[in-house]
Amino acid sequence: MSPAQKLIQQSVFTEFPAARYRADFPILFRQIRGKPLIYLDNGATTQKPLQVIQAQSRVYLEQNANVHRGVHWLSQETTDAYEKSRRKIARHIGVKDDAEVIFTRGTTESINLVMLTWGKANVQAADTVVVTRMEHHSNFVPWQSLCLEKNANFKIWEIESDFTLNLNKLEDILKAGNGKVKMLAFTAMSNVLGTITPVPEISALAKKYGVTVLVDAAQAMAHLQVNLKDWPDVDFVAFSAHKMCGPTGIGVLWGRRKLLEAMPPYQFGGDMILQVGDEKTTWNELPWKFEAGTPNYGDSIAFGAALDYLGEIGMERIHAYETALVQYAKARLLEIPGIQILAPTNPEVHGGVLSFTAEKVHPHDLATFLDAEGIAIRAGHHCAQPLMKKMGVIATNRASFYFYNLPSEVDRFAEVVKNATEYFG
Amino acid sequence: MMNPGDKNIALDALYREVILDHHRHPRNFGKLAGADITEEGYNPLCGDRVEIAVKISDGKVLAGCNFTGEGCSICMASASMMTEEVLGKPLSEVQETIDGFRALMKGEECPLAVEGDLESLVGVRNFPVRIKCALLPWTTLHNGLLKVNR
Repeated sequence: MSPAQKLIQQSVFTEFPAARYRADFPILFRQIRGKPLIYLDNGATTQKPLQVIQAQSRVYLEQNANVHRGVHWLSQETTDAYEKSRRKIARHIGVKDDAEVIFTRGTTESINLVMLTWGKANVQAADTVVVTRMEHHSNFVPWQSLCLEKNANFKIWEIESDFTLNLNKLEDILKAGNGKVKMLAFTAMSNVLGTITPVPEISALAKKYGVTVLVDAAQAMAHLQVNLKDWPDVDFVAFSAHKMCGPTGIGVLWGRRKLLEAMPPYQFGGDMILQVGDEKTTWNELPWKFEAGTPNYGDSIAFGAALDYLGEIGMERIHAYETALVQYAKARLLEIPGIQILAPTNPEVHGGVLSFTAEKVHPHDLATFLDAEGIAIRAGHHCAQPLMKKMGVIATNRASFYFYNLPSEVDRFAEVVKNATEYFG
Repeated sequence: MMNPGDKNIALDALYREVILDHHRHPRNFGKLAGADITEEGYNPLCGDRVEIAVKISDGKVLAGCNFTGEGCSICMASASMMTEEVLGKPLSEVQETIDGFRALMKGEECPLAVEGDLESLVGVRNFPVRIKCALLPWTTLHNGLLKVNR
């Protein structure tokens, strides 16, 4: 029996009702170029279930009024729904204090918020900021620019040949920093490699050296069970709704109250203001201090619905199913000559993302070949050019899975990849 | 082997044999000794990179045109065909060819008859995101030639 044949017999494939969940996603029944859509670009954004789409419609059909302003009924209703959504998010990530949950436009804005407020106030010349080699540009470039502006050191924690992180290397960096390392910003799950990083261990080590820790959880929140009680040494967490069945344009920055209170405001106007005088203005309390202008309540409320939806399935079950699916996909691809997988070897630290290259087929050609068969994958540098450069590849193919993907889709995907290698070979 | 029933017409129109041939056996590929102008073009979306090197004789004829770089088959084949197409032409005619090819790719009226191998790139228009792969070598040559009069 081949490795793939063995993997497909795992009980999770019969127990997890992926086909039933698919019914909630009308887009998955679309035809692309006359072929049934196989959507394997979930790392970029996931599809949205009817429950989320309807929750968002309901806001505008029945409830719409600006929040925190009106004394009238509708405004109160929308405000309640908005704040209820914040509470749902707090519960989902294991946070007691709702005020630590700040709505942003997404992961990128969350990280930029921290860089522009906490970063500018706390990182000075000769200080050090550390990121890992596998960061998304969104958790790389903000810190790089801050360091350039402040004349601080920007240090990259390199990855190992098995695409994981070695904590000894971090300790070397922290020691060499002589107490001047101010921030460690790293991903909990790589969008390119699928590597799941040991957040509690990494952040505990950073704390030992007095370093503030920010975690990019854009992928981790979507695919893993994340409870911030298990991350006691993490100070900031950033994530986006659209990567976890929610709408685009909304995300969260979670931060420790003590830090958030000490930080200067990020933008000015609207909701973030308490009192305006001719000479001086005072800021609203948390979380509104960081939510200038009319907030994106429509998407925030729909985000709450997405968490209800995911909560009903259970993040642990989603993770288990995706792990099985990605391992099956890996085994199927490895049956094809000339395929190279860029992922950790240990399945336990490999989330539902699969990067690979095919000898003789440029990723762009492969993605077009797949697209002609209705299969959506991502080809390119995945917003991680420093990682690509280090790995010596220009681009990779990335198939990324979600709980609504099926083993039969993986089979078709592998079949077409094989056809492509023969076509271009 | 590929199942004959799997044949995809749009794909075959995109990857005509002639494109695959230029991709596998690129013409005028490699550094050009004594080049007058070298221009690099980069497509940040997919990482395609081409470097076009040209030699100009008498200040007006393209006497040499080579390319190097790495990228998808469309980009590399387009570069290969371009070098064959423009080599030996007066600069004014080279510019007309560039303009014509760009118009063709963008689906605009093409003032010039595009024939031979180049015609095979028309299939790229069915895959709009790939048009810039085909255009990259041409845009790069265009940018390089802007330096001639400087």
